[in-house]
Amino acid sequence: MKISREDVVRVAELAYLDLSEAELETYRAQIDEILEYIGKLNELDTANVEPMAQVLTSDQAADATLREDVVVPCDAVVDVLAQAPDADGSYFRVPKVIER
Amino acid sequence: MSTNWTIKTVTEAIAARKVSARELAGEYFRKIAARNGELNAYLTLSEERAYAQADRVDAMVAAGEMLPALAGVPIAIKDVLSTRGVRTTCGSKILENYVPPYDATAVKRLEAAGAVILGKTNCDEFAMGSSNENSAYGPVRNPEATDRVPGGSSGGSAAAVAADLAVVALGTDTGGSIRQPGAFCGVPAMMGSYGRVSRYGLIAFASSLDRIGPFGRNVADVAAVLKTIAGRDAQDSTSTEAPVEDYAAEVAKPVKGMKIGVPMECFGEGLDASVREKVNAGIGLMKKMGCEVQEITLPHADYAIATYYIIATAEASSNLARYDGVRYGLRVEGNSLIDMYRKTRGAGFGAEVKRRIVLGTYVLSAGYYDAYYLKGQKVRALIARDFKDAFLKVDAIVTPTSPVPAFKLGERTDDPLAMYLADIYTVTGSLAGIPGISVPCGKICGKLPVGLQIFGPAFGEVAVLRLANGFEKAGGAAL
Repeated sequence: MKISREDVVRVAELAYLDLSEAELETYRAQIDEILEYIGKLNELDTANVEPMAQVLTSDQAADATLREDVVVPCDAVVDVLAQAPDADGSYFRVPKVIER
Repeated sequence: MSTNWTIKTVTEAIAARKVSARELAGEYFRKIAARNGELNAYLTLSEERAYAQADRVDAMVAAGEMLPALAGVPIAIKDVLSTRGVRTTCGSKILENYVPPYDATAVKRLEAAGAVILGKTNCDEFAMGSSNENSAYGPVRNPEATDRVPGGSSGGSAAAVAADLAVVALGTDTGGSIRQPGAFCGVPAMMGSYGRVSRYGLIAFASSLDRIGPFGRNVADVAAVLKTIAGRDAQDSTSTEAPVEDYAAEVAKPVKGMKIGVPMECFGEGLDASVREKVNAGIGLMKKMGCEVQEITLPHADYAIATYYIIATAEASSNLARYDGVRYGLRVEGNSLIDMYRKTRGAGFGAEVKRRIVLGTYVLSAGYYDAYYLKGQKVRALIARDFKDAFLKVDAIVTPTSPVPAFKLGERTDDPLAMYLADIYTVTGSLAGIPGISVPCGKICGKLPVGLQIFGPAFGEVAVLRLANGFEKAGGAAL
């Protein structure tokens, strides 16, 4: 077994994701099978391989050099806050964070 | 009025005043009203926006102005691309009522070229899936066989074009999500090179893999849409300065003498016999067209799915952290901020998305990062190198798009790994960042479409489009 129930609980906690008891067990079994399959990568010796952290090579990337930091108008506050579940003036409201 | 419009027939008819852009938009909304109940290809229609744009085109015609390349062309947009003022759900309950305050660059460029946006198409939730069955708004049905899936994740866009509920459409491709539904629904479908098309306004799934690309009913239409959306955009730092060729002119050039590589790894175990037969016939046709076909090898192709499901899920777990019930979308109240996050995400995401968040968080977590994520990035480098080596010898690489034709609805939903393996031939090119297209290559028993996939080297869109166009003109779809 590659992944335990405790692992799934821990990972769901890291991802702030509520999972039901049934989901925990289903995902554990399915992810276990997927990790088993992924294990085939260990057949390859990659000790001397550089990881591919970027898709574009440096000559392809447009932002090989930094751009100028220019201030441009961005009059989006009203439109953006209109999508918030709970907005107050120019703020997003969230449940209380600081305990007294 | 004629059915099965193409960009050429639409723009000619509008310029000649045989039809107005408004009439054409109306014709498409009537077709959608008649057929969408069955197919579920569209989630939201943007009639107001479409008619306003059609009227602008008609005014240009009336004024005798020079018309842009896509003047009056009705287009469908996958529901992961932001459209100002038009609901954008990503196929998810968590964004059920989300209305973006801005347009994706690709959408903006299409409208600037005169295209008329009909609406937003159904897809797997956050583009995660290969059958469109992961949409929170129900599956799409394949217009060629309505008991079967249209492929995914851009199933709605593929079905809309195949059923003539749009002339062309935009989809997105992370591991095969344009090409595989293109194959299943029998329409040409392309992703350009990584960096070819700006992704500003594309709601992110896996940022090192996501690409935007077109569906059309012929390769020329795919080329015309790609040309419109391609090129550097200051809003997306991963869009490149690489010059955008005149694809329309380039596709028509001859393919005689073109060197084509056929990777033996893509014709092994797991390939459906009927698909193999059609794709072999397609390769035979390319020989008749004067192409030089040779066997090549992609030694690490067999590791692509394993690599992909590490990298894509890791990036997804990070990208989807933004759905927290604060700035947009669903909020489920909780007794603390963290509790609100947990409840919102637990209730708002569907099963496949949650599965991938858990897997992606796991492969990035302390103690597992080196074993999974770093290993995946290293094998990704090997896969990319395989293609680089192959393109020293050949101009294009040909494979089946999918190992199987469209499968039945519900057939694979209980087995995520079996579903993932449907992308076995498409993910290689996704990981390598190269351009790829799926073109129709006959139908099994005259019914189920088969797709043939063509890869080119990075920024070698011209080779891909030219071979696809030559194949189509030589009768590839009727094999």
